[in-house]
Amino acid sequence: MNIALRPANRRTFAKLALFSALMFGVGYALVPLYSVFCAVTGLNQIGVDRQPVNLQLDTGRVVNIEFDANVHHLPWKFRPVQTHLGVHPGELMQTEFEIINTRNEAVTGQAIPSYSPPEAAQYFKKISCFCFSKQTLAAGQVQRMPLVFVVDPALPKEMGTITLSYTFFEVEGNAVANSGDGAGKS
Amino acid sequence: MNATANGHSDHRPSGWRRWLTTTNHKDIGTLYLWFSFVMFMLGGIMALLIRAELFQPGLQFLEPERFNQIVTLHGLIMVFGAIMPAFVGFANWMIPLQIGASDMAFGRLNNWSFWLLIPASLLLITSLFVPGGAAGVGWTLYPPLSVQMGIGMDLTIFAVHILGISSILGSINIITTVLNLRAPGMTMMKIPMFTWTWLITAFLVIAVMPVFAGAVTMILTDRHFGTSFFSAAGGGDPILYQHVFWFFGHPEVYIVILPGFGIISQVVPAFSRKPLFGYTSMVYATGSIAILGFFVWGHHMFTSGMPVTAQLFYMYATMLIAVPTGVKVFNWIATMWRGQLTFETPMLFALGFIFLFVMGGFSGLVLAMTAVDVQMHSTYYVVAHFHYTMVAGALFSAFAAVYFWLPKWTGHMYDEKLAKLHFWLTMIFFNVTFFVQHFLGLAGMPRRIPDYALQFADFNMISSIGAFGLGLSQLLFLYIVIVCIKGGAPAAAKPWDGAEGLEWEVPSPAPHHTWEVQPVVK
Repeated sequence: MNIALRPANRRTFAKLALFSALMFGVGYALVPLYSVFCAVTGLNQIGVDRQPVNLQLDTGRVVNIEFDANVHHLPWKFRPVQTHLGVHPGELMQTEFEIINTRNEAVTGQAIPSYSPPEAAQYFKKISCFCFSKQTLAAGQVQRMPLVFVVDPALPKEMGTITLSYTFFEVEGNAVANSGDGAGKS
Repeated sequence: MNATANGHSDHRPSGWRRWLTTTNHKDIGTLYLWFSFVMFMLGGIMALLIRAELFQPGLQFLEPERFNQIVTLHGLIMVFGAIMPAFVGFANWMIPLQIGASDMAFGRLNNWSFWLLIPASLLLITSLFVPGGAAGVGWTLYPPLSVQMGIGMDLTIFAVHILGISSILGSINIITTVLNLRAPGMTMMKIPMFTWTWLITAFLVIAVMPVFAGAVTMILTDRHFGTSFFSAAGGGDPILYQHVFWFFGHPEVYIVILPGFGIISQVVPAFSRKPLFGYTSMVYATGSIAILGFFVWGHHMFTSGMPVTAQLFYMYATMLIAVPTGVKVFNWIATMWRGQLTFETPMLFALGFIFLFVMGGFSGLVLAMTAVDVQMHSTYYVVAHFHYTMVAGALFSAFAAVYFWLPKWTGHMYDEKLAKLHFWLTMIFFNVTFFVQHFLGLAGMPRRIPDYALQFADFNMISSIGAFGLGLSQLLFLYIVIVCIKGGAPAAAKPWDGAEGLEWEVPSPAPHHTWEVQPVVK
C-alpha cells in the first residue's frame, strides 16, 4: 500500500472513530432528550405527581370559620393555633390546636365538637380530627394536634360564618381502661 | 496497464497461519464469506427448528422458553452473523478491486475486525447452554424482560458489543479506503454502485451501531449496576428503550439492504449489456434512503401509545421512503429496457430480488399505515414482510453477488445448470415458506409463539414444508461453490461480456496482490 497515504488515512480514521464515539454518547443523550421531549410536549407523564384539580372548589365565596376551645374540669390549657380561617367551600384545609397538660401526672381526655349554627354540622366534613380518639398527655406535655376538614360546597349561602367549638372532657381513671372495661361508664 | 505488476512476491504464510495473520483484503473477504455461510447454516438450522415446531399445533419439540431463545438467536445470528458479514466479505473482496486500490486502508485492523466475530458468535452459541438458556426476548432485546433474564442475556449483550466493534472498525476501514485510495481519475461520481452503496452503508454503521451499543450497555447497567434507565420500578421507562433501539434498528435494516441494492445495480447492467440507467439518481436515491431512515423509527412502535401527531409523522415519513426506493426499481427496469438480456444465474437472482423485494416493499407500505399496523402489529404479516425484504432482498442479492464474482475469485466457472436449479429451488421454496405467512398474519396469528390456534394449521404446514425445501436447497449452493473452487471451466478475466469495471481487468482468479500500480481512470 502507498506509504505516502498513511497520514491521510490516519486522519480519516481519527475523524471517523471520533464520530463513532460521539454517536455512542448520542445514544446516552437520548435518555435526557426523551425526558425533555416528553416534558415539553406533555407526553408520557408516568411517575410525575400531578396535583389533582378540585372540581368542587367554590371560589366565589369565603366562609369564615371560627375556632373555639374549652376544657371541662381538666387541668389543660387548650387553644386553637389559628382562631379563625377564611375558606372556600370545597377547599381542603388544615389547622392545629394546642394542649398543655399542667398537672404532674398523665391525663387522658377526649374533645367533643359543637357547631354554631348547629345546622352547619352536616356541611362541615372533618377528614382527620384529634377528636376522633382519646388524647393522653404526660405530665407537663405540650401537644399540637391537626384538624383537616372540607366545607361542603352545598353549604347554604346564608351561612357566612361557622363557629366550631371543642370542649375537652377528662376520660376518668386510666385505671378503668386497665380493667378492660370503659363501656359501662357513660 | 498491468494489473498485477508489483514489487512484492506472492509470498505469504501457509496453512492456518495464513488465515489467522492475513492482512490481505482477498483472504479476509474469503474468511468473512465462509464465516457468514457457517452462520447462515446455523441460523437456518434454528429456522428449521422453529418451522418443525410450528408444523403442527401443540408443543412437539421445543419448550416454549427454548422456542423463544431459538427465535431470538435466529434473528441475531442471521442479521449480525450472516447478512452483515456476507456484505463485508463482498466489500473486502471487491471494493479495492473496483476502485483500483492495492488493499484496504488498514490491513491489521481488517484482520482484527474479522477475528472479533469468532468470540462474538461463540458467546451467542454458548448462551444456549448456560443456566436459564439464551436470551429469549426476541432480537430487539426489549426490557423489561431483557433486564430480568439470566446470564444468557449478559452473554448476548457482550456478543452485541463485540459485533458492534467489529462492524464499526470494518466500516471505518471501508470509508477510509473509498475516500483515500481511489485510483487517479476515479472521481466520486465514477465509483461503481456497489462501492457507493457500501460507502453510504458504512456511514450508517458508524452512526447507529454505537447507539445500539449504548442501548445494550444501559440494559447491562440496569441489570447489574443499579441504574434504572428502563426499569420502571426505579423511575426508568421501558418505552425509552424502544426509541433508542429503533433509532438504531431502522437504519440497521438499510445497512442490510443497501449493499444488496449496489450488487443488483451492477448485475442488471452486466446482463442487459447496457450501462446502468440513471447512475446519478441511483447515488442520490441511496443517500436519501439512508437519511430518511433516521426519521422513521417510530413506525415500529405504533402500538406503544404514541400520540396521533407522532403516528402521522412516522406514517408519512415512512411512505416517503417508497419514493427513492421506487427510483431505484425504476432505474433497474429502465436498464433492462431494450437491453440484450441473458439469464445467467446472477441475473436470475437479481430479477428474483427485484420481483420479491418490491413485494416486500409493498407489504411495508401496507404496514406503514398506522390504522392497518395497529391490527397487524406482531403478527405473521410482519414476519412475511421482513423476510421478503431480508431473505429475498439481502440473501438473493448475496447469491447474485457470489455467482457474479465467483469466476473472479476462483478462476473457474460454476456449474450453470446446477446454479439455475439452485435459483429455482430457492425462488419456489422461499415463496412457499413466506407467502402463506401473509395470510396467517391477516388472520391474526401472532409471531414468536410455539403453539397456535387450530385454524392456522394448514398454512403453517405449507410454510414448514417450504422452509425445509429452502434450507435443503442451500446444500446445493454449498456443493456448487465447492465444486467451483476445486475446478471447472477456466474463467476469463471478464467472464460476463456485458460487465464493466476495474475488477474485470485483473486476471481470474484474482492474484494475491492486485493494483500495486494504480490504474488511471479516464
